[in-house]
Amino acid sequence: MKTQAMTEQLELYGCIQCGKCTGGCPVARKTTLNIRSLIYYMLVEPELKVDAHEELWDCTSCFTCVERCPKDVRPAELIIALRGQLVEGGRIPETIGAALMGTFRQGNPAGMAREDRSAWTDSREVKAAQDGCDLLYYIGCTPSYDIRAQPITRALARAFTVAGLDFGTLGIEESCCGNEIRRMGEEGLFEMLVEENGEMIRAVGASRMVTVSPHCFNTFKNEYGLDGIDVLHYTQLVAALIEQGKLELANEVNKRVTYHDPCFLGKQNRVYDEPRAILQAIPGVELIEMDRNRERSLCCEGGGGRMWAEGTNLEERLAFQRVQEAADTGAEILAVACPFCLLTLEDAVKVRGLEEQLRVMDIMELVNLSLGEE
Amino acid sequence: MESKPRIGVYICHCGVNISATVDVEQVAEFAATLPNVVVSRDYLYMCSDPGQGLIQEDIETYDLNRVVVASCSPRMHEPTFQGAAQQAGMNPYLVEMANIREQCSWVHSDRERATEKAKWLVASVVAKAAELSPLEEREVDVTPGSVVVGGGVAGMAAALDVADAGFPVYLVEKSERLGGRLAELNRTFPTLEPVADLIGPLIERVQTHPAITLFLNAQVTNVEGYVGNFKVKVTGQEGERQVEVGSIIIATGYDLFDPQRKPELGYEYPNVITSLEMEQRLFDGDLAVNGREPQRVTFIQCVGSRDVQVGNPYCSRVCCMYTAKQASLVKDILPNADVTVLYMDVRTFGKGAEEFYDEARAKGVRYRKGNVSEIYRRGERVVLSGEDTLLGQPFDWETDLVVLAVGMESRADISELSTMLKLPRSADGFFLELHPKLRPVDTAVNGVFLAGCCQGPKDIPDTVAQAKAAASSALIPLLKGTVPVESATAVVDADLCAGCGMCVDVCPYGAPALDLLWGVSKINAVLCKGCGACATACPSKAINLQHFTPEQILAQVDALVG
Repeated sequence: MKTQAMTEQLELYGCIQCGKCTGGCPVARKTTLNIRSLIYYMLVEPELKVDAHEELWDCTSCFTCVERCPKDVRPAELIIALRGQLVEGGRIPETIGAALMGTFRQGNPAGMAREDRSAWTDSREVKAAQDGCDLLYYIGCTPSYDIRAQPITRALARAFTVAGLDFGTLGIEESCCGNEIRRMGEEGLFEMLVEENGEMIRAVGASRMVTVSPHCFNTFKNEYGLDGIDVLHYTQLVAALIEQGKLELANEVNKRVTYHDPCFLGKQNRVYDEPRAILQAIPGVELIEMDRNRERSLCCEGGGGRMWAEGTNLEERLAFQRVQEAADTGAEILAVACPFCLLTLEDAVKVRGLEEQLRVMDIMELVNLSLGEE
Repeated sequence: MESKPRIGVYICHCGVNISATVDVEQVAEFAATLPNVVVSRDYLYMCSDPGQGLIQEDIETYDLNRVVVASCSPRMHEPTFQGAAQQAGMNPYLVEMANIREQCSWVHSDRERATEKAKWLVASVVAKAAELSPLEEREVDVTPGSVVVGGGVAGMAAALDVADAGFPVYLVEKSERLGGRLAELNRTFPTLEPVADLIGPLIERVQTHPAITLFLNAQVTNVEGYVGNFKVKVTGQEGERQVEVGSIIIATGYDLFDPQRKPELGYEYPNVITSLEMEQRLFDGDLAVNGREPQRVTFIQCVGSRDVQVGNPYCSRVCCMYTAKQASLVKDILPNADVTVLYMDVRTFGKGAEEFYDEARAKGVRYRKGNVSEIYRRGERVVLSGEDTLLGQPFDWETDLVVLAVGMESRADISELSTMLKLPRSADGFFLELHPKLRPVDTAVNGVFLAGCCQGPKDIPDTVAQAKAAASSALIPLLKGTVPVESATAVVDADLCAGCGMCVDVCPYGAPALDLLWGVSKINAVLCKGCGACATACPSKAINLQHFTPEQILAQVDALVG
């Protein structure tokens, strides 16, 4: 691959090789991925053999490199662009291929049947957004299909009902947001999703939309160009509902809780305070911070397509490190606000044998407990 | 109206700057055919002595009464050619310039079309030249004395030079003491001289100098007037006082970057400190962390500098050297400790600086290339996450004490002075000098000069050099006793003026005022900068901007489109 065009397009010339990108990269420590060195290569060499860089699939798109760059270069975008070259050439891990195909065929990377997308409702009545509503509740793939994530989806629907919001969902017409698709390098499929989803979302006419996952939130907010629609992550909306007195958290949840900032919510969109405000509003919750919080939160390794690709070093998972950090605080609950974080960290708790000590829960599950029996 | 215009036209090659793109000979031939043109020439460098001599000879030989020079921007050389004409006995306001460099040769590549454009530009200016009138050059008396704002090393150095030249100086310092930021430092690089030895005598001289009036705990709260005659209001604990001076020197210094704006660098930890805090520790000789001697001391460069994220794209110029100094001193105190500097580039300009850097490394200070991305805590130590960019390996370096080499920023309160004096600032937030190379201490406001870090980050030698430069520039009007004032000013035709006051509202310099007795506007020619805002705003067309009269401008336009 010739380097010049991509170097210009991504404005890599700003790079001064300070090393803050790789220096902050959580996976650079365990694999051969070195984004600083890749940028240098792009700057000084006319050609790059992109096939030789299997480690490109190790990147989690946490965007710490982007966050840290003092020159506003966006190193992670180079990885996405290089993955795009691999996708175009068809040289991609089998599991990535399956995720892309599943999205193309069934509208979700797991390749589950489109007809089952509303299974999370457990036969509860949910209004169709297509009939018009104030708030579009966009569910997302993992919160729709994954049994572990579905309780969050239901808890949110319940909270919106309790707060008296006029909300609706797109039902089985809803498709993958494409956030992970773009980061896996499949720009074409992503653009198709943006067009189809964008059209459907605008047609609803809602003034606000809310997502379960920070990943969906990120792409709708920053990449869809949904002008006039206020895109919210659920933590922002729920924090506001509590603040306005529309959600009464009556029941005590007497737990020591620590909170893990998801990369797509924290680092990439600077939503740090609202999740903490919710936790602190739950009676009985004692919030303890891990040392690496907010801007320094450690990635769980679930982003950037990594839910569908293992990467090159399975042994040293960042999630193992993270759950140990959480356990070391003495917390009983590791709270998250992202379905990917929930799955990766819960897995790590099991592998690390910390189940007796630490439970991973989504913030909405704690809110649901505090709301009491349905 | 005087006798018929006799115009000389001079087309400059500017080496090849113009002639490479514009056929200058052809332009000169063309100019010779224009009305009122008596002589037309092209020459390699019009601004050179022989070039100016050519104009002067022609004025004599051909009895010229107008000169048109087609060359660079008038901002560059108008005063040069006006001076040359004046020496030959011509009123300087009878000289006009056509900009065929910045506005033609430098921005075009097609030689034929650029030549055509140059011809148009020359024709237009020749047409205006025919309409020019001589203007009277005027001067006003200067109030002897200077105000110096800021009592740091820059302010003190500048104040002493002006005072030593025999003029009264009013030194205004915001805090309760002299010495500024320098007084907070321990030793200086590269000589390791104790700051007290450097600054003590300076403070002593300022305090005892008979020509210096010192205002501590005081601020400049209002400035009126113009070069030669400023009225400066100083507000302090003893109330307000107005002083009258001929020039002003701004030496208000800088702010340190607040590392809390880089939360990933863990400044909240007690063992992560700024370089300024390190100065104090070195002064006290106390490097202990949690009561123990540190085994590892690590310095991090470029905190808040070369960083567009925090809006500071510039290099702060002093951090590389003060870090080398501090690391070297730490190594002296703790010879067995690991002293590491994490850097992205080491910049050691300045006398003795590279040599000092060499000595620090020879002493055992380790330089590792790679700036730190993140700092977090592990037990009593902190971990620095970064990448050794030369090895291409990420590191997680445990250390006992971290020093953040914080950079310089413009002062948080800089906008107050900037608004009060109408002093422009550059994109980096510091005060803007009039020209980056040729007028480094001048400002857009005549009679106001800059010294030290209020203009941009500097080390002590550069600060003092600039302070002394500002002092000598500030002395020029004081020594001359008079200042020339702009002649191309606006004038009001009292018969046409309706006294609406629109000119008073639009003028950025406070030059027009309504005459209470006659109910018409009058323009203070000393304050007027000739910008033309009032002439444009005046609904009665009662204001005429001299040297840019409607007749002159329309003649120019006619030559282009007529």
